[in-house]
Amino acid sequence: MILSIKDLRKIYHTKQNEILAVDNFSFNLKEGEFVAIVGPSGCGKSTILSILCGLDEPSSGTIEADKNLKFGYMLQGDNLFEWQTIFKNCLLGLEINKEVTKESKEYVKKLLKTYGLEEFMDAYPSNLSGGMRQRVSLIRTLATKPDLLFLDEPFSALDYQSRLAVSDDVYKIIKKEKKSAIMVTHDISEAISMADRIIVLSKRPSTIKSIYEIKLTNRSTPINNRKAKEFSKYYDMIWKDIDYHV
Amino acid sequence: MFSEEHKRYLKKIRRNKFFVRFVQILIIAILLISWQLAADLGLINTFISSSPKAIILTIVGLYNDGSLFHHIWVTLYEVIVSFVLGTIIGILIATLLWRFTFLAKVLDPYLTVLNSLPKVSLGPIIIIVAGAGTGSIILMALFISVIITIIDVHQAFMGTDSNKIRLLESFKSSKTQMLFKLVLPSNYNNIISVFKVNLSLTFIGVIMGEFLVSKAGVGYLIMYGSQVFNLNLVMTGIILLAIMASLMYYLILFIEKRLSR
Ligand SMILES: Nc1ncnc2c1ncn2[C@@H]1O[C@H](COP(=O)(O)OP(=O)(O)OP(=O)(O)O)[C@@H](O)[C@H]1O
Ligand SMILES: [Mg+2]
Repeated sequence: MILSIKDLRKIYHTKQNEILAVDNFSFNLKEGEFVAIVGPSGCGKSTILSILCGLDEPSSGTIEADKNLKFGYMLQGDNLFEWQTIFKNCLLGLEINKEVTKESKEYVKKLLKTYGLEEFMDAYPSNLSGGMRQRVSLIRTLATKPDLLFLDEPFSALDYQSRLAVSDDVYKIIKKEKKSAIMVTHDISEAISMADRIIVLSKRPSTIKSIYEIKLTNRSTPINNRKAKEFSKYYDMIWKDIDYHV
Repeated sequence: MFSEEHKRYLKKIRRNKFFVRFVQILIIAILLISWQLAADLGLINTFISSSPKAIILTIVGLYNDGSLFHHIWVTLYEVIVSFVLGTIIGILIATLLWRFTFLAKVLDPYLTVLNSLPKVSLGPIIIIVAGAGTGSIILMALFISVIITIIDVHQAFMGTDSNKIRLLESFKSSKTQMLFKLVLPSNYNNIISVFKVNLSLTFIGVIMGEFLVSKAGVGYLIMYGSQVFNLNLVMTGIILLAIMASLMYYLILFIEKRLSR
């Protein structure tokens, strides 16, 4: 267990009223696990992620993380800095943590090389396709060597084709670098194809409606996993679980 | 190589541009010539309206007694000093307001009022505080340019992409790091356009200041000319200002082209 969350609750206060966004949210994350969180829009998924990585304070509840556990947060959208080269963009987190060394630079270069972006190192973000930008954004997150990644709808800006390809890439990267991950998504198929476990949230206030262990035969990469025979069974169950009546 | 059609297209653009220039020059030439003719034929009172010839003679006269470039330099110097000071002070205060939201909220109504207040009205106070000299002129120019710089830059800073701010927060960035890594660079073009506005405002401020107090400068020439009813001198001053303003305009255009991205 590297992360243990108990009775998380978050209330947002605005002038008009208060919004109970998350209630009674508890779960434990195992090392190396890939967990997906799905739920109707506006239910509080982003809220949970930003609390887990420390950007927001919970109203109550506890989060216990392993000592020395390092977080990496990959926001919705790539948020690359258009005025900096790809390489500089990838160094952002290291620069802020004052960890730019010869070794860390080499590490970033290695990542860029492994994931097919070496020749774009000195290019600017505007010269890259949406999928490449998303990969840069992931490398920027990986550069600080986090153990646990938080991904907030990482592929929502992409069209369907690149979405499949990039989720395949990102999945391989995460597995290869042996990271744990919690990913928020709207897309049930994406969740089933990538995650070891899926948490289904209810409408607001988000509470856990059900948790699915995803067991697929011949589990490999997300694109292949979509062909597994259990896939549609999970899809149907989760679809029924989510309140899509708006 | 380009195709014939593309060459024709380029030629058309060039010809069009040339024609515009030609008409522009024609207009100013016709204006000057008819002005001079009207003066020579006694159709207008040259004591009041001066004439191109008289203006040129005045400029030559100023040049001969060595004061032409002195006056220009004095004005230019005041503009440069006020511009640099105004921009720096403005951006610094805007940064403070960005950093301390509480301060920004408190100062908001004061800034709004100061911004809409006609700054000339502060003239007498400025003179009393800073004395009848260059200091007052620079202060005048500062009052005119700093407030709007603060407001514009602060607004631009506050408009920084909130997702990128969150990204930096997720790296546990300090506010100072955020300023230098994100807020300043992402507002680069905004700051350049603030420079632009600032330079013209500073120019206005300096001339206004020279009208109030001065012993030299182009604004002084105009003021002095009007006091001794030497309208040639007044016109000369206005022409000099027009030349300086247009040179400055092209300088800004040039700098903007070089720095923008
Ligand atoms: N800073 C805030 N202040 C007030 N209310 C907020 C704030 N942030 C989020 N909320 C509210 O909390 C609820 C949950 O928001 P959240 O962004 O976590 O939902 P989400 O599940 O990520 O939505 P989406 O699927 O659209 O991304 C929403 O109803 C939202 O209006
Ligand atoms: Mg969200």
